[in-house]
This record gives sequence, structure tokens and C-alpha cells, in this order.
Amino acid sequence: MRSLRGKLLPPVVAIVFSALLCSVALIISGSNPAKALAVMVVQVGRDTTLVDIVNSASVYYLVGIAVAIGFKMNLFNIGVEGQYRIGAALAAIVGGQLNMPPVIGQIVIILTAMVGGAAYAALPAILKVTRGVSEVITTIMLNAIAGGIIALLIKQGAFGVLNNNNISTKPIPSSNWIPGISFGSAGTVFGLVLLAILVGVGYWVLLNRTRFGFELQASGESPTAATAGGVDAKRMIVIAMLVSGAIAGLTALPEVLGRDHAYTLISPQGYGFTGIAVALLGRNNPGGIAFGALLWAFLDQSAVSLDVIQVPREIVTIMQGAIVLSVVVSYEVIRRLELAAEQRRVGLQLAAATTGSAS
Amino acid sequence: MAAIALTSVMSMAACAKDSSSSGAGGSSNSASSGSGCKLSTPPTAAAAGTTTTGSSTKVDGSALKVGLAYDIGGRGDASFNDAAAAGLDLAKSQLGVKAENIKETTASPNESDAAKETRLRQLAQEGYNPIVTVGFAYAPALQNVAKDFPQTKFAIVDSTVDNSPNVTPLTFTEEQGSFLVGVIAAYKSKACHVGFVGGVNVPLIQKFQAGFDAGAKAAAPDIKIEDKYITPAGDFTGFQAPDKGRLVAQGELSAGADVIYQAAGNSGKGIFDAVKAKGGSYAIGVDSDQYKQAGVADDKDVIISSMMKRVDTAVYDFLRGVASNDLTGIPKVFDLAVGGVDFATSGGKVDDIKSTVDAYKAQIISGAIKVPSTI
Repeated sequence: MRSLRGKLLPPVVAIVFSALLCSVALIISGSNPAKALAVMVVQVGRDTTLVDIVNSASVYYLVGIAVAIGFKMNLFNIGVEGQYRIGAALAAIVGGQLNMPPVIGQIVIILTAMVGGAAYAALPAILKVTRGVSEVITTIMLNAIAGGIIALLIKQGAFGVLNNNNISTKPIPSSNWIPGISFGSAGTVFGLVLLAILVGVGYWVLLNRTRFGFELQASGESPTAATAGGVDAKRMIVIAMLVSGAIAGLTALPEVLGRDHAYTLISPQGYGFTGIAVALLGRNNPGGIAFGALLWAFLDQSAVSLDVIQVPREIVTIMQGAIVLSVVVSYEVIRRLELAAEQRRVGLQLAAATTGSAS
Repeated sequence: MAAIALTSVMSMAACAKDSSSSGAGGSSNSASSGSGCKLSTPPTAAAAGTTTTGSSTKVDGSALKVGLAYDIGGRGDASFNDAAAAGLDLAKSQLGVKAENIKETTASPNESDAAKETRLRQLAQEGYNPIVTVGFAYAPALQNVAKDFPQTKFAIVDSTVDNSPNVTPLTFTEEQGSFLVGVIAAYKSKACHVGFVGGVNVPLIQKFQAGFDAGAKAAAPDIKIEDKYITPAGDFTGFQAPDKGRLVAQGELSAGADVIYQAAGNSGKGIFDAVKAKGGSYAIGVDSDQYKQAGVADDKDVIISSMMKRVDTAVYDFLRGVASNDLTGIPKVFDLAVGGVDFATSGGKVDDIKSTVDAYKAQIISGAIKVPSTI
């Protein structure tokens, strides 16, 4: 009971706090906060917004899980950004170049993305276990390098095709697409939303029902204790990075296989950083990350609607930042409050026990 | 006060010395002084004026509900979003489009196509018609939205959209305008060495480079050209990074280039700063007549010309066409012949060679010179 309150209270406090903060910002900038918040809620029912939220959330969920696997091992894998972009670009190239039969094609494309992401995560992992280089530094630098590699890969003359002023990889043939679930005029949900759910279930099983998951959590919480218990820390670091990179590679696939069917110059970037925020919001918990991903997708969509009613869309950025910050703070505050309450309770019991024995 | 007078005298003296020395060293067929290059014979001047398409009949646009979807940066980016905004403002004053009937929205950095689609859908659903989208990034989203709103008239800057009869493409021949400023650069370079700085290495900006290089080589076959981009394809921060622009321009200047043409959006400010700091070098602006632009006013004395891409005219023409219910007057491509691209003469720094550049211009319009659009 207490622990459920400890889990649910912080996000609620955080959302209310950030809504208040944004209201203040809106009043200062001369907009009506009630109107803005109402538009944010009402837009969900309009057109394809709800489907768009689910679609974005599937992407954010995959990338959030990728980051969370690193967090569990105390690895700060900022490189998810580069890993997912490399994975997506390679998958789109393979899908466009090889004219593969259905089913086999989809499987090959998905595996390519995972291998691509994992391979790009292998470098920082090896550097960390052999030379002790911080993965934070190496992955940040590899993110920048990823942009250059992709620019080379999708150049005209390499794997790029010019289409108006845009360059894209060769389109993936329709037999290798993953069809969506259509809701008529309300839009089409990406078929790979199911993959996101599957990854979430797999993540839960991995952590709670496997020896690897136990060792991962143990190493994360106390490396010395884990080592004393016979866990090979280096092996754990390498495996955790590879799994994190492989999941990261999946990130853009719902969009590539469900909507864009190619990787282009203007394919979205920055999901890796969204993933860090979503994993923080969800406290690395598969259910929590789902909530965080949906919330983040909802806020992103709100930015568009707010812009249409001439409310500065930067308000959404303020809200996202405020939510992450206040979630982190409120978890800590509530943890301390509960600790104090626990101490008081135990103290009282102890006092009762000692007075009882004295009498 | 005395110091200012002194410096101006000194700079005048320097100019005089400058022109006399290069005049002596200039080749015999040079149409003007100033160039250190061995210039090829310019085409004989047959300056055909640009044909203006606009008729003077009054068009009433007061009933229009105009939606504008900008690319990243939006109004106030001192680049092509601002040019589109200028076209809209012209429509307000000339066609009587009412301010309360205008909705302007802006893309967030790194947003997905879904967000672009939502933006266009919401505009169309609220009855905005026509809707102008700025930038080729809107093409995939527009393709999907346009077919769901067949009665709404859309336009897109810098792209075409296949199989969408209600979408008017507003595209430009950037390479033709760039060719002319390439000629200007060749004539104005004392070292016979010029440079191009692009914002992001994408096909659209490569068109600027292709035209510039061709123009410079046409005017002076032996000219040396530096071609650099601020960021590689996919990293669109190159249009928003004056600090990086300054570094790239400094690199070209120290390699020996003394006239720099920039096509780098907001980063252009840094490029102008670098040229000004170097001294004795010139810069050529892009998109609008940057000599007159408030944001780069500090550097206006080094801006000898600009390659003007008239996004403002295109947007205005489109809105006017919708208001008069006749879009047949919109050119298929806004090229040199219809004044869609041109070179600027503000500041008077190219007055001496204007007739030569106009001669090249006439050659391009007549088709005698074909300008490549790829590098």
C-alpha cells in the first residue's frame, strides 16, 4: 500500500507542478492558461491525434527501454541517439537494395537494425572494459560521428536517390512493409506498436525471471557485491551495452516500415535524448516507461495544436523539462518522507517493546 | 572626428591605389577594373529586361483565409521563412488580406512527418484556404494531406508534390542566379581566388554551388574556387550556426579566397563578420538583398551583391492567383526570365560591371548559356 503510494504520487505531483509552472509562464507571456490546457486535452479526440500519440509513443517506448537497460547496469548510454540512427539507416538501405520475399524481408530488416545498433554500441563497451574510458564521453562523440556516417551512406552515388530536393535511400518494396492497423479517418496505428509491447514484456521477463537480469540489477546496485558473488562485471557491461544498442536500433523501425519506407535527409533525429527523459520518467520500469512515452507523445502533439491557436509552443518544452525535473525531485522527497515515517514507526515499536520488557 | 576623417581619407587612398594598380595589370578584354583574373570575353550586351508577369488589375483578397506553415526558425529567421513572410505581408497591403484571417505556424526542430501532417490538417480543417508550406521538408506530409482536402489550394516552396492537382509548387532556379554572382565574384577578386560557403551539404544548396562555380569559371577559366559546407547532410544546424560559419569562412579566406558567396541562412552573419574582419575582401549574400537587411547591417560595406531568390514574390503571386481564382499565371519554375532569381546591385559596388553581368543574364535567359544544377 505504502509502496504503491510511493510509486504513483511522484508522477502525479510532477504533472500538477509542471502544469502550474506552465500556467504561470503562460500568464506572464499574456496567454490564457485555461484555454491552452483545454486545447491540449480536447485535441486528443480530434482527427488522427490519438493515433499519432500512440505511434510516437511506440517509438519513444523502444528508445526508453534501450536507455533503461543501460541505467539498470549503471551505464549512461547517451549513444542511443547514434545507435538508433545507424540502425535505421542500415535497415532502410538493406530493405531498399535487396528485393526480399515477404516475411523474410521484414525479419532481415529488423535484424539488420538490431545488429547495426548493437555494433555501434560495441565500440564504447569495448573501450570501457579494456581501457576504462567513460561511456558518456565515447557515446557523445560517436553520436556526432553517426551523423557523418549516415550522410556518407545516403549520398547520391552511395545508397541515396535524389527526390526533388530531398535525398533518401531506395524505397523499401511494399512486400517488405509492415502494415498498420487502420482506424479509418482516425488514422493508422503502426503495426510495429506490437513489437514495442513485445519488447516491453521481454524487458520485464529479462529483469525479473532470468539469471542475467538478476546479475544485471545486482551489478548496477552494487558492483563490488556482485563481483564478490561471482558476477563477471566486464562481461555484464559488454552484454548490457549490446542489448541496449540492439533495442535502440529498433527505435525508428515503426516509422521506417510503417510510414516512410525509406531513410531520408529529413528523417527525425533526437529520439535518443527523448529516450533518456522517458526512462527517467518511468524509473526504468516497463510500465512506467510506457506511461512516460505516452505522456511525452501527448505533449509533443500538443505543441502543434498550441501553435495553431497562437500559444507559444515552447510552453511544451518548459512543461517537459519541468516534469522530468520534478519527477526526479519528488521521488527523492517522497522516498525520504517514507524513510522518516518508517523510522518513526520502528522507533515507536522499539520504545513500546523496551517499556514492555521493563515493566 | 578627426580619426574618422583620417581613416576615410586613407581608405579612399587605398581604393584609388587599388584600382589603378589592378587596372594596369588587368587583361585587355576586361570590361572593368578590379579583377586579378585573366577574364574570358564577356557576351555582347543585349540586356533584355526581365518580363514582369504581374498585371495591374486590382485583385481583392479580403475574403481569403490564409494559412502559412513555416519550416524550422519561422518568421524572423532572416532567411527564406522571412522571405515567405514578406510575401504574406505584401498580400496584406496589396490584396487586403485581413490580419485576423491569417494563421502562421512553425515547425519544431526534429519533429516527425506526423507532426507536420497534423499541422496541415488542423489548418485545412479550420477552413484556411489557401495554405502555403515553406520548405521541401513538407513534401511527404503535404502529399498525404492534399488528397484529403481536394477543395483546399496548397502551395509548397522548394519542392514539387506528385499527383496532387491542388498543390502549386513554387520552385526556383537557384543555379542561374548563383551563376551571375559567380561572374561578379570573378570580376571582383584581386587574387583570382573565390569561395563558396554552404550551410548544409544537401542537393538544394549544391545547386547554389554548381551555379556559382560555373559562373566564376565562365568569366575566368583559370579561377581558383574554395567550396565548403558548414555541416554534412542531415545535420540542419548548419543553417543556424554563425560561429561555425565564421570558422569555415576564415578557412577559405586564409586559403587565399577574397570574395566569398554564402548560402547558409542564419549562419551567413558569421561569414560576413569573417570577411569584414579579414579586410580587403568581399562577400556576396543570398536569398534577399542582404545589403539592405537590418540583421547584417554592421557588415553591409563588404556585401557587394546578393543572389536574390524571390520567395516573397512567389508567395505573393500564388496568393494573388488564388484571390483572382486564376493560378495559370504562376510560372512552372521561378527562373531568371520571370525574375524569380536575380542579383542585387544595392550599395553600388557592382555598378561598374553591371552591363557585363546583364549580358550573361541575357545569355542565360535566351538559352545560349545552360547553367548546371548539380556539382
